[in-house]
Amino acid sequence: MSILKEEFPVAAMDFVTAGEASAQIKRMLKKLGVDPGVIRRLAIACYEAEINLVIHSDGGKLMLELNPDNVTLISEDVGPGIPDIDLAMSEGYSTASDDVRMMGFGAGMGLANMARNADHFNIESIVGEGTKIEMVFDIK
Amino acid sequence: MALKNLHSVKLDKGKCVGCTGCLKRCPTEAIRIRKGRATIIDELCIDCGECIRVCQQHAKIAVTDPLSSINRFKYKIALPAPALFGQFKKLTDVNSISRGLLRMGFNYVFDVSRGADIASRAIMEKLKNPSCPHPLISSACPAVLRLIQVRFPELIDNVVDVRSPMEIAASAAKREFCEKNGVKPEEVGCFFITPCAAKATAIRNPIGHKKSAVDGAISIIEIYGLLSSQLRRDRMGDSDDLDTRTHGGTALGIGWARSGGESLAIEEEEALAVDGIENVSKVLEEIENDRLPDLKYFEGLACDGGCVGGPIVFENVYIARNRIRKLVVDLPKEKISDAVTLEEVKQLGNDVCFDKPIEPIEAMKLDQDFSEALKKMDQIEEIRKKLPGLDCGSCGSPTCQALAEDIVRGYARELDCLFLLKQKVTDMAKQMVEVSELTRE
Repeated sequence: MSILKEEFPVAAMDFVTAGEASAQIKRMLKKLGVDPGVIRRLAIACYEAEINLVIHSDGGKLMLELNPDNVTLISEDVGPGIPDIDLAMSEGYSTASDDVRMMGFGAGMGLANMARNADHFNIESIVGEGTKIEMVFDIK
Repeated sequence: MALKNLHSVKLDKGKCVGCTGCLKRCPTEAIRIRKGRATIIDELCIDCGECIRVCQQHAKIAVTDPLSSINRFKYKIALPAPALFGQFKKLTDVNSISRGLLRMGFNYVFDVSRGADIASRAIMEKLKNPSCPHPLISSACPAVLRLIQVRFPELIDNVVDVRSPMEIAASAAKREFCEKNGVKPEEVGCFFITPCAAKATAIRNPIGHKKSAVDGAISIIEIYGLLSSQLRRDRMGDSDDLDTRTHGGTALGIGWARSGGESLAIEEEEALAVDGIENVSKVLEEIENDRLPDLKYFEGLACDGGCVGGPIVFENVYIARNRIRKLVVDLPKEKISDAVTLEEVKQLGNDVCFDKPIEPIEAMKLDQDFSEALKKMDQIEEIRKKLPGLDCGSCGSPTCQALAEDIVRGYARELDCLFLLKQKVTDMAKQMVEVSELTRE
């Protein structure tokens, strides 16, 4: 089966390009004719993931893998990691700085929002090293 | 690609010089220059009228109906857009517009601002329903609706299923006129006095309902001169004894002409009004990303400033917008809930709501087959890498990316790119020199 793999680097604290990777991924999926409902869920999760990389990591990347049955989105970063994943997953919990919150980010809905929109969600994190999130979206 | 859009933007081939003006400004990249002339890709065109506005040669024309077309009907009703009120200097009496239109040959005038009042009330009811999608998206601007069909199909379910003020006004006007005068509906023609071409398309090819209640669209610029002289006559005290202004809208209804007017009318605090098609695109993108979770209503208008900034009006958008602002200040402050009763909305029944779902337009899709689409995407990427990335438009496609896609879709060739052509010519010249040197030996 044909598989498409793409990688999008995301720089830390770069608000100029923040959101561009998600926009590109969205455009790509529309061109491939992926179901609008799936694109909507993926767009939300993908944007959250990208903004998380910008705000919380020291830099990372989004990886997109595609086959006729599903889309996998992986967010991988180098950074502080998450000490208590369960706490971080609870809605409203956020470690974002006031500056970032002023920009309308960091409301503490990110991880929960990603998990809600993906069909499969997995997160691994090592404190002081980084975080890897894997999300799968079923196409059919 | 069997979609029939019946657009309202046409090209005057004699005037088009094949420059890249419209090509570079089309928000959906729907224009290509082929054989030295601009052509429009029907599936992508959203009738926003940007190309009409930017064409220095005036080669892009809005297709609307001539004033004489009203004579197809025994009885003629004029439906002036709220934007019309911003077109004239020293307009203090809104009734003078109705009088002017009657003198021009119409039998009846029903302000679309009244339709806007009714639409506002219907939308307010929709917003009260706790299970309505967030944000609800305004259905007033047909260009924005088409943009959603083409570029944001996942937001279709957010569009409020209330017809546009123009449609509501037409249904109400026809019904009223027929009842009052005891005539048959088929003897009556409703004509929208329009600031944009998108409305003309929406009449021929409605979005969200099967049939339009409007019979034609006459551009504001077409009647501007004639109506101005009627208004002058009016100011000189010659008001005949015309029976007018039975159906004007409230100040809030007239306010729909400006961006933000609709949000104001529906009394929704968590509303956002955006004007200009590029801006609307950007904010829809934000909505798509769920960045505005508290937003309850989104009002997007394709033209800068709102409908007063339409491509086929006479007056400058800022001047017209300011006139509307001043006009509205002087009118009585009547709330929508006082001006329109729920019974009225109910009476109009199906003429207020959609009767057909909005379908996505799959113009972006590379192929019906997923694997084929993937293959094409790879090919596009390969070709794009070869192109210079200057987005100069000389090839006739708006960007290098668009040319790469056009090549893969079979609408263009690699050598349409002047830089690749130059490279090829240089290579061939080199080869010829080599060949001639070889033969000399």
